[in-house]
Amino acid sequence: MSEMPGKLFGWLNSRLPILNTYERHLSKHPVPSKVNFWYLFGALASVVLIIQIISGIWLIMPYSNTEEEAFASIEYIMRDVDYGWVIRYMHTTGASMFFAVVYLHMFRGLLYGSYQKPKELVWIFGCAIYLAMMAEGFLGYVLPYGQMSYWGAQVIISLFGAIPYIGDSLELWVRGDYYISGITVSRFFALHVVALPLVLIALVFLHLVALHEVGAGNPEGVDIEEFLDDDGIPLDSVPFFPYKVLNAFVAIGVFMTVFAIIMFFFPEGGGYFIEMANFEEANPLVTPEHIAPVWYYSPYYAMLRAVPDKLGGLIIMGSAVAILFVVPWLDNSKAASIRYKGIYSKIALAFFAISFLTLGYLGTVGVTEVRKTMSVICTFIYFAFFLLMPIYTKFEQTKEVPKRL
Amino acid sequence: MQEKDNTRRKVLIGLTTAVSLSGIPFAATPFIASWNPSARAKAAGASVKVDVSKMQYGQQIQVAWRKQPVFIIRHTEESLKGLEVTLSKLRDPNSEDIEELYRGQNLTRSKSKEYSVIAGVCTHLGCSPKYHPEVEPKPWDASWAGGFFCPCHGSMFDMVGRVFKGVPAPTNLPVPPHFFNGSILTIGEDGELA
Repeated sequence: MSEMPGKLFGWLNSRLPILNTYERHLSKHPVPSKVNFWYLFGALASVVLIIQIISGIWLIMPYSNTEEEAFASIEYIMRDVDYGWVIRYMHTTGASMFFAVVYLHMFRGLLYGSYQKPKELVWIFGCAIYLAMMAEGFLGYVLPYGQMSYWGAQVIISLFGAIPYIGDSLELWVRGDYYISGITVSRFFALHVVALPLVLIALVFLHLVALHEVGAGNPEGVDIEEFLDDDGIPLDSVPFFPYKVLNAFVAIGVFMTVFAIIMFFFPEGGGYFIEMANFEEANPLVTPEHIAPVWYYSPYYAMLRAVPDKLGGLIIMGSAVAILFVVPWLDNSKAASIRYKGIYSKIALAFFAISFLTLGYLGTVGVTEVRKTMSVICTFIYFAFFLLMPIYTKFEQTKEVPKRL
Repeated sequence: MQEKDNTRRKVLIGLTTAVSLSGIPFAATPFIASWNPSARAKAAGASVKVDVSKMQYGQQIQVAWRKQPVFIIRHTEESLKGLEVTLSKLRDPNSEDIEELYRGQNLTRSKSKEYSVIAGVCTHLGCSPKYHPEVEPKPWDASWAGGFFCPCHGSMFDMVGRVFKGVPAPTNLPVPPHFFNGSILTIGEDGELA
């Protein structure tokens, strides 16, 4: 170990593994020497997580979690609290940005096979983070108690009612009332600000620990552990500091600029980040003309609507997320990266991406016959991508993966 | 000797684990039960009274019971006769799939020959269906004979809240417990029990 600067640091370091941890996980942590921009979104996601935690804590202070005051307290934050609007828009923009970077991060995983052996657990923890984020986002959206908070929650909680036998009583139990009332809001508040953030932070920790155990991937899908130098460090690696830190800082700079532009100039995102109906207080007697989820749930909502059966819709929606967890065992390809996979994988991934984006659009607009048919086709492609993966990755011709980066 | 110790250790571990596990349901009870509707929520969800004598024929009004819309419709004779027309479109004309409180009493599914009392919450995902009594072609159904249409996901119901075939809503709109005392309708309570 290197020299210990200062007496105090020495005292601390002999009681807490500071230097060791810092070197192992940050300064000297080896990362592949050649990666591209797709490998930046993980770092950006952790930046957004920090933004969400800090802005969230500050929002708790003026927010009131009762039926009578919830909506008014949001308006109070927006109008009467100094800089309250910045903090709130930071949090709402953060929610959308969180999903944006996580979707790109997940797509990177599919693109370069970041789930392949030995990174299965990294992928699974990631999927669990995504699932926890979806729950977190939903609970948070209910808190302002606007029209879309109310009716969105009504639709989602009604999904529990589709479960045979226990459905109705489960619905009542989740709400704790005969409608989505202050009782529901205050329990969602507790889950949103305490329970799920704890789960999320624990999962992020596991995601990173598992990643550091098996090592980060690269766009070539090369296993850099095969060629080590005399110290056991991969030849095709660079230390995390300064090589990764500095280019992550550039990415964070660009990202923060985009974030700030949205936060200051387009916080509602044209009704996709904050829906217009949510500027109206919840009214249990009037359903808004058009109920649509925020953009990051809309692909699944389109799937739900594609199925003309309540329980069937719930099953399809649940399976669409659940199937992500088993991807490591669906891919039989010898190559990890799309660069060396065969033509079938490339076509499948392209179709998957197009169908997911199309579903995303369809979930935000009203239902017509044509759109319903499109939703059915896209849902079919979504599942075909995963369910046929064991077949097309097994029989296609892959290219020789190079030994070195 | 080592063998014997291991057996005892395994038994002890097994026993202590079993005892601790058996405590979990007890420890979980207060946490799960506290999510049930509280006494205050239950009290606030008691019955509501409406005077329905001022309603016009064909009119639908909406009252809130447990903050959920309940539709009251005063049917015309034609609209009750019209129920026959759409019978073949219904998935469950006799409400066999749900707990129907007043089965076989009246065409209206309620305790009255004239008024229907229907929970105005779509059985699909909880939106509130809209009342469209007109007998005329609609964008969602060319042979519309009056009824309820849910704008959220396109579910259709007839004039007394029975669900159509081929729509996302799985069951008929339920009829809440109610009774008439003259022209005073009480929703949320069954007169016979009171």
